[in-house]
Amino acid sequence: MISEQAVGLELQRKQDNAAGRTGNRGGASERPPDAASGPAPGLPAFGRAHVEACDFSVLYRKNPAVKHVNLAIPAGKVTAIIGPSGCGKSTLLRAINRMNDLVPGCTAEGRLLFDGQDIYSPDVDVVALRRRVGMVFQKPNPFPKSVFDNVVYGPRLHSSASRNRLVEIAERSLTDAALWDEVKDRMDQNALGLSGGQQQRLCIARALAVDPEILLMDEPTSALDPRATSRIEELIAELRGKYTIIIVTHNMQQAARVSDFTAFLYEGVLIEFGSTKQIFTKPGEKRTEDYITGRFG
Amino acid sequence: MRLATRKILDRSFTGSGILAIVLMAAALIVLLAPMFVRGAGAIFFTATVEHRRLMLERFNRGNRPQLEAEIESARQARAPVYQMLADFERRLASGAAAERRQYAKPLQELKKAVQNLLGPIPGAPRPMLMRSQYGQTRWERAQVKLSHALYREEWDYSDPTRRGILRLKPRSADFSGTPLSPLFPYLENNLDRMLLPRRTVYWQFLTDTSFDSHFFGGIWPEILGTFYLTVGAMLFALPLGLIAAIYLTEYARENRFIEILRTCISTLAGVPSIVFGLFGLAFFIHTLKVSSSKSVLAGAMTLALMILPTVIRAAEEAIRAVPATYKEAALSLGAGRWHAIWTIILPAALPGILTGIVISMGRAAGETAPIIFTAAVSVGKPLALWQVFTQPTPALSWNIYNLATEHEAVDEIRHVQYGLVLVLVSLVLILNLAAILMRARISKRLRG
Repeated sequence: MISEQAVGLELQRKQDNAAGRTGNRGGASERPPDAASGPAPGLPAFGRAHVEACDFSVLYRKNPAVKHVNLAIPAGKVTAIIGPSGCGKSTLLRAINRMNDLVPGCTAEGRLLFDGQDIYSPDVDVVALRRRVGMVFQKPNPFPKSVFDNVVYGPRLHSSASRNRLVEIAERSLTDAALWDEVKDRMDQNALGLSGGQQQRLCIARALAVDPEILLMDEPTSALDPRATSRIEELIAELRGKYTIIIVTHNMQQAARVSDFTAFLYEGVLIEFGSTKQIFTKPGEKRTEDYITGRFG
Repeated sequence: MRLATRKILDRSFTGSGILAIVLMAAALIVLLAPMFVRGAGAIFFTATVEHRRLMLERFNRGNRPQLEAEIESARQARAPVYQMLADFERRLASGAAAERRQYAKPLQELKKAVQNLLGPIPGAPRPMLMRSQYGQTRWERAQVKLSHALYREEWDYSDPTRRGILRLKPRSADFSGTPLSPLFPYLENNLDRMLLPRRTVYWQFLTDTSFDSHFFGGIWPEILGTFYLTVGAMLFALPLGLIAAIYLTEYARENRFIEILRTCISTLAGVPSIVFGLFGLAFFIHTLKVSSSKSVLAGAMTLALMILPTVIRAAEEAIRAVPATYKEAALSLGAGRWHAIWTIILPAALPGILTGIVISMGRAAGETAPIIFTAAVSVGKPLALWQVFTQPTPALSWNIYNLATEHEAVDEIRHVQYGLVLVLVSLVLILNLAAILMRARISKRLRG
């Protein structure tokens, strides 16, 4: 377990880093450096924005999936994106680490800022971006390799760390992902031999091993049973504060349980964004209320 | 539909399925059993003393003193034959001219038949061809040659309305009343004493070079040639095919050009192999001049071209079968595209790729037409590695055809043909088996 103080320190470090970065990249951004830490105009302030969408749209061959979204996702918090199937929530999530690039004919319009820098500007190094924005997918997708090789896949890519260092990283990441005790004796076994829930936590550990700033989770529990689901939810709670977590979920109870902030997306349009408490207790929009009370969706 | 009807239908479907499998198995046995039995005859057979003499003289194999004793005992058994022949010749020489004329031709034929059976007649000059320097090395061929010595073939055209009839006339009739008439029963009754047949395992058939265009020796040059050609073809086809498959699956955008390219690859797979052979001759040898004439190199390149579509297709399918989530996971961890392919996609696709490779290898090993014009010769020494760039080679597939159709004495070397077929079929079967095992092993490792 991580003590409150440690979380606070971690958060402080992240913020210091971020401040340093914005300072350095002030020239790259069109806006003044301090603007990166504030929310977009017309949006409520929830602390420093880590990811910010400004009139951001994603199109599949001219068909918009995400339409003119304005959104500021606060740093160090858990933000849930909810909405009915096909509302563009996964597309929005996958835009943040440019996974949509893999889809032929998929283009983005508007700006999507990460630490104040537009990630869709042509000079962005996508590989470097993905290093800073980790992702956990809907279905657990460990590589058909050993548990150890899975966890250190990222660190091995980015540095020529020694074996000892890699072992350290593996242990730390697996501990963070609350999997260490279950797999410490089977590091050399194939990861596909783990249970579904363990596989998903391994995927989280694998993402954490790269030391990202943001963790994107695309319905991380939809393929898991209730026990494994609650295990992952506990894990998200433990990771809160250390990383900016953005989670897409179908399950409104889950959003209510794990997130600090909730965005409701409907047919590609951001209907409402606010603190989870506010969204679930007194939604400002009729459609939000209809959705969370189960009238459609 | 009534339950009873459904049950009957079900049963008849199951029955016909089982019948089909049984028929297939039977066909396989009918096909493979003679191949194995006859092919085994090249290695397991009843060898005569002539075989052992050949082994000793050419390969220095065998127990020399023991063999010399055997040769001596065979010589003693043969001595009466030669004695009778010599006596008769002497009598003819001193006898009447009419008698000389009467027996000249039959005697010549008889001496030739005896020489075919037992080897050169003592005192005669040493023959030039190796096939005439030894008697029959195989017991079953000795039986055939014995009947040639005992009977002569005569065509009967007495009935003009029918085709000629082949009749066997005993030679003893030609020599009845002469001192030679006891020769025939002696030959018939003492053949085993003269040739000393013994069951032999001549496994060196696989590793011996051949003598006198396959009359004697083994098929090592063919095996080695097939090995060179197959491995050479893989050396060209594998990197090219793999790169092409990676490009087509991971890099190419789906457009008109790629569509046409794919169609071309499929078409290439359907081009008759003889066309590849001609193309190889025209392009690799005449245009590119990779060698001044036929060479293993040119043959390997031609074979590579022929199996390239198969390799590309297999690799493409295997890469496509890798779950897209692997690639997504790798990319989301900050891997570059090439890195994701190299570390995740290719290892996961390996079982499929390997299967494709091994099956293509089997095809390259067995294909004849592409190497006729580019690499194959009917007789040759085993090549050293550096000779593959300039020299042609015998190869299993080509020599099966060559020995069965173009050899001067096809009947004499049937066992070599069967041996070649057996080796080639076993090679392809082993390759396929290896593919299956490898696939199972790696899939198991990947599944965990």
